[in-house]
Order: sequence, then C-alpha cells, then structure tokens
Amino acid sequence: MLNVGKIEEGFVLDHIAAGKSLSIYEHLQLDKLDCTVAIIKNARSNKKGKKDILKVECDINTLDLDVLAYIDHNITVNVIKNGEIVEKKDLVLPKQIKNVIRCHNPRCITSIEQELPHIFYLADPEKEIYRCKYCEEKYTEGAK
Amino acid sequence: MRHLMSPLDFSTEELDKLFDLANDIEHNPEKYAHACDGKILATCFYEPSTRTRLSFESAMTRLGGRVIGFSDAASSSASKGESVSDTIRIISCYSDICAMRHPKEGAPMVAAEKSWIPVINAGDGGHQHPTQTLTDLLTIRSIRGKLDNFTIGLCGDLKFGRTVHSLINALVRYSNIRFIFISPEELKVPDYITDMLREKDIPYEEVIRLEDVMPHLDILYMTRVQKERFFNEEDYVRLKDFYILNTVKMALAKKDMLVLHPLPRVNEISVEVDEDPRAAYFRQAQYGVYVRMALILTLLELA
Repeated sequence: MLNVGKIEEGFVLDHIAAGKSLSIYEHLQLDKLDCTVAIIKNARSNKKGKKDILKVECDINTLDLDVLAYIDHNITVNVIKNGEIVEKKDLVLPKQIKNVIRCHNPRCITSIEQELPHIFYLADPEKEIYRCKYCEEKYTEGAK
Repeated sequence: MRHLMSPLDFSTEELDKLFDLANDIEHNPEKYAHACDGKILATCFYEPSTRTRLSFESAMTRLGGRVIGFSDAASSSASKGESVSDTIRIISCYSDICAMRHPKEGAPMVAAEKSWIPVINAGDGGHQHPTQTLTDLLTIRSIRGKLDNFTIGLCGDLKFGRTVHSLINALVRYSNIRFIFISPEELKVPDYITDMLREKDIPYEEVIRLEDVMPHLDILYMTRVQKERFFNEEDYVRLKDFYILNTVKMALAKKDMLVLHPLPRVNEISVEVDEDPRAAYFRQAQYGVYVRMALILTLLELA
C-alpha cells in the first residue's frame, strides 16, 4: 500500500475516474504552479473499484475548480486548511469555459483567427450542452 | 455602444421602435437626408454579396453619409494574413460604423469585441444574417400592420436555409403565430427548431406539397430548392415542381396573402407571379434599405 502524506493547505480531489488524473492535471494547468502535487492512479475504491486522487498543496485561492464540473461532476473536492478538511465543495457546471475544449466547426472563426480563445457557454444546463460563443455550434465530445 | 450580431439582440420593444423609425423614414425621407452628414460607413465584405452591400451603401448614402470598404477578401489585407481583430481596429480609425460580411461564423463577433465603433453582422457563413431577418419582420409589420396572429408557410430548403431559421426564431417571440413547413423530406426543418416549437407550445405542421396548404396561409415565405441538395436526380425531378410558385397555386391562396422571398430568386417563383399584388418580394428589398437606415441611425445614437 502506497502512502502519501497529509497536506497542510490545498485540495484533495477524490473519486476521479481511474486514469483521468493526468487530464485533470493538464486542465487545471498544475504544471504552471510551483507547488507539490501528488497524482495517485488506480487507488482502491469501495464505490468504483478503482479511482484516481490528486493532492495539490497550494493556496486555496489559486485554483479555479469550476472546470472540474465540466470534466466530471463525480469528483469530490476537499478543501484543506491546517491539515484538516474545512470544506467539501459542490461542483457546479461553469457558465463559461475558456480554452478547455476546442470548437471543431471548420467554418468557425476560431479555426483561422490568430490566438483567439476557444470560449464555450452553457446553453442548456439540464442537458449539459455547451455552445461555441462565436459560431454557436454545439460541442460534441467525439467530433475531434 | 451597441452592435448587431443576431436578430435577437434587440427586444421586441426595441424592434418596435426600430420599425417605427424605418416607417417614418419611408414616409418622410427628406427628414433624414442629412441625418448622417459627416459620418462614414465601412462595408467590410470578405466574400461577395452585392445585394446586401449595395443595400447598406444605399442606406448610408440616403442618410447623407459616406461609404468606404472592400467587397471581397482578395482586395483586403486579409489576403496578406491580417486577422479580423487587427482589421477592425484599423477600420475603427477610418469610420464611424461597420457592416461586416465574412464566410467564417462568428467573425463579426470577434470584430465587435475589439471594435471602437458599432459593428453590424451583414452575414457570417451559415450562422446569422440579422439584417435580412429585420427586413422580413419590417416587411410583414409594414404591410400587415402587425407581427402577431398569422399563419406563415415557409417553403423550400428549410434544412440549410439560415434566413428561415433566423426568421422562425424571431417570430416565436410574437403571439399566436402558426408555422407550416413545406419541404421535401431531405430538406425538412432541423429537429432543434421543431423541438423548440414543441417546448414553447407553438403550433406547426410539416407538409410536402405547397398546394395542400395554400388556402390556410397569411404569409408564404419562399426559398430556393437547390438541385445539389438532393440525393438523386429522380427525386429532384419528381419534387421540384411542388416548390415552384405560379399563378395556378396563387389562385388557391387568400386574397391578402403575402409572398416574401429573401432573393435572389432563380426559378422558384414564376415571373408571372410578379404582377400579383400579393407578391411583396421586391417591396421587401426596399424595406431592407429602410431597416438598415433605421439601424445605422439607432447604432450611431442619432435616432
């Protein structure tokens, strides 16, 4: 059994679908932060059999976690201060996401305009539909 | 500062004000002949669209303003690789308002984000063409006197026709509108539109033959059925006559029905219909100038 020590301040992202932790590491741009990060892959889980866990030691105001709701709502976000869990955050789908997903519509201006961010807005919270801000094309996961 | 990206950018109350102004321009053109003295409209057309461009140019000229611009991407700095964001910053230095047509969807919105002057979307790919929709609404309102309580038939290519989708989205904001969609199976209105109508409890029906519904229509909005949209030649030959409006079909219609068409027409309306007083498509082009005049005045805050 692998042991990773407690963190003083930061986040523990639990119940990440097994194998998805690296993609979350990228989406949260943790490579750009000068902080300690533990990536635990395929940890034992009573609920899911296997899960990933990310432990991030950082100032709790530095990370924008809204994007996690888009990636997977089942992730549990534990906020840690002084070594204790002070809050379990509920993930809410962000109204807007920037440069997380890309517009795949070849007719969209994002396909040619230099350094234009790929911005999507939440068009239907019930069906979890995001549309490109510019061409309004619905984002579909498979259309890459 | 406001821009116009989609016909839904204006509330129905704001549209009423815009259309009142357009009608005042229609009846008192001399009152507005110098309203834009000293102002410059830039027409930035990255793809050719002579009708829309001339309509904008006519609108600004009739207001006493001047027009600069380009009419295709080859004659603009886009051919040297300049971005839309950079071009609009330059255009903002040269003019007071800009009408932009671009083959890429969302390009006018990128321009609006960086612009110091109002930007009007003059058509962006298959996405939006708001001044066409405003033209359609003004034509209906001016001739019928209201934008509610009627049955509108939309005929032709309802799958790819952006003017049709845009008009439907604009009309659902008014009360007691009933839609009849007349098209071949291959060119039916997309599901997201019928889903939206069901959700809002707005009545609609879908039919194949124009004759079957002619007597029920208050407005008939014609669009072109292009041969290349069909899967095979046989279907095209079998169906094409269903969507050609002629005097025989017009005889089935109400005496005060209006025929609209975004133009250009190819052969979907027989020229014999042009003389029928119910044919409103050339008047529609005239209303296109009035609504653009009203829009320019409104966005320049000169109204």
